Amino acid sequence: MAAISARDIESMAVSICAAHGNEPAELLEILHDVQDALGAVPETALVPIAKALNLGKAEIHGVVSFYHDFRASPPGRVVVKLCEAEACQAMSARALKEAILARYGAKGGAVDIQPVYCLGNCALSPAAEVNGRLHGRLNEDRLVKIIAEALA
Amino acid sequence: MSIVIHIPADSAALSVGADETAEAVAAALQAEGVKARIRRNGSRGLFWLEPLVEIDTGTGRIAYGPVQAEDVPAVLSAALRGQDHPLCHGPTEAIPYLKKQERLTFARVGVIDPLDLAEYELHGGFEGLRRALTMAPEAICAEIQDSGLRGRGGAGFPAGIKWQTVSQQRAERKYVCCNADEGDSGTFADRMIMEGDPFMLLEGMVIAGLGTGAQEGFVYIRSEYPRAISQMKRAVDILRAAGWLGQDIAGTGRVFDIKIRRGAGAYICGEESSMLQSIEGKRGTVRSKPPIPAIQGLFGKPTLVNNVLTLCAAPTILGKGAAFYRDFGMGRSRGTKPFQIAGNVKQGGLVEKAFGVTLRELLEDFGGGTATGRAFRTAQLGGPLGAYVSDDMLDLPMDYEVLAENGAMLGHGGIVVFDESVDMAEQARFAFEFCQIESCGKCTPCRIGAVRGRETVEKIQRGENVAANIALVESLCEVMKDGSLCAMGGLTPMPVLSAIQLFPEDFDRAPRLAAE
Repeated sequence: MAAISARDIESMAVSICAAHGNEPAELLEILHDVQDALGAVPETALVPIAKALNLGKAEIHGVVSFYHDFRASPPGRVVVKLCEAEACQAMSARALKEAILARYGAKGGAVDIQPVYCLGNCALSPAAEVNGRLHGRLNEDRLVKIIAEALA
Repeated sequence: MSIVIHIPADSAALSVGADETAEAVAAALQAEGVKARIRRNGSRGLFWLEPLVEIDTGTGRIAYGPVQAEDVPAVLSAALRGQDHPLCHGPTEAIPYLKKQERLTFARVGVIDPLDLAEYELHGGFEGLRRALTMAPEAICAEIQDSGLRGRGGAGFPAGIKWQTVSQQRAERKYVCCNADEGDSGTFADRMIMEGDPFMLLEGMVIAGLGTGAQEGFVYIRSEYPRAISQMKRAVDILRAAGWLGQDIAGTGRVFDIKIRRGAGAYICGEESSMLQSIEGKRGTVRSKPPIPAIQGLFGKPTLVNNVLTLCAAPTILGKGAAFYRDFGMGRSRGTKPFQIAGNVKQGGLVEKAFGVTLRELLEDFGGGTATGRAFRTAQLGGPLGAYVSDDMLDLPMDYEVLAENGAMLGHGGIVVFDESVDMAEQARFAFEFCQIESCGKCTPCRIGAVRGRETVEKIQRGENVAANIALVESLCEVMKDGSLCAMGGLTPMPVLSAIQLFPEDFDRAPRLAAE
């Protein structure tokens, strides 16, 4: 990320907004595109987006901060979205989370463990998404193996 | 005779290795020197059998499952030689789990190649839309009304009245918004449709457009469903290219087009007004009602907001007539409902049945008991805002009114099963915590109530002033129920109070700390 300058971020944000017709109603799509390209919606992208859509920076910040998906800095190398909702709870997701946290630590490391509430895989719980790929029927051994493969 | 092998490409099937199985099938076919066509369908919804491979050697589709990549050579060898195999379940349609269902909405899901337009038409696709194109808007709304269809998202509001209300508005622009923000734990029906039969949803939306006079539609899909999003986008492109969407639908001069919007991980955006805010590119805060969206919705224009399953009922109703659909069900709950059996259950999956089926039939006949084999303790009906039920409620029929009378709700049809190891005080605490995490923050009972509720349940869990704190939680629940703007704060009391009332023993486990 350090390789991308503020100017590059700005021009990328401007061109993404233009691709969406500088349409304020497309703000969520724009933010998703920015995050897909940069791994995050950095603070420096907010002003150019606001200008392009003719909105205030506060409005953009308000939207970015409301939604769980958007983050200000890129995540760790391996993103594990572990489902913590009821159907997974019923299949020992709480114990799975504790075991995974004990092994890989909380945020900040190469493995970024994030809570998520339902991945729509509730008949094959517990479920998790690792680097965008959905997994079901998990247990500690399987998930550790999947994370290890993603780290390799 | 050509051989066809069907392997699901549904997210759930992929999550347990369906792609690897498909690769292994291709390799095994080559090794056997056999030519066969591999087709990727949606899921049949028999998830404990996923990856479910169906092999058709000319005598119909025979089910094998769960088939992991390493099982493929033996399964294929047996299938090609007509030999038995332990993973064989016989003809797919004869599997009791599937045979006992009444699949109207899910008739094609898992059967067809989801993006093959010709196959869609061959299996009854566009029957409803073709008929709707010959009808006046009032007649379309009347047909929906006569069918008795009620909102399948959870609230159960009569769909025909909503359609009529939008239809009667005079405005230069109207919208149809499909709520595909299926955030309830234990639900996956919308996802299965969007991945497994996306044309049906789009057909339903076009019918809704014709009925209400709207010319533009949005499908708001949660970001947790990336495959549903890409599948729906492709389906829109295919229908547009084939002339079923756009400026001249099927050569009739009628106009309707659809855009796909992705959410961004906010549960509250499943609430209709919050979803509209989000489609407008704003924070997903709830709007106060009135005005209702049917009068002032998206961009302030009259807007029909329906759940995926509601819109997907429209092609059946228009195609086969209101009476056909109405003949299913009981009381004021007409038609069929796709139930989703999930959590700690042996045979989790999608069960579409007419209203009136009992919880016991769903959990025991279909579900087959708990996955762990331990005793059943409770099930949560209707997602994180739904009630927990006890053993003696299992014979209740699935019906909007009957469940409401018993302090429960059907919601989106998700049923999450728990075995005896569940701690109901912890589930009550989680209900408040979930509300705290997902509250939009607009109204005080929800924003503050969730935090105070979680703290108070934690005190109960620690054994502090248990009786007084339970009374406090009950009182707080009353405030949240009566004072919240939407169902988030208004229904969080449901799981909490049902847990306290039905499982009081779990709230009195800790040694007493304070003098009471």
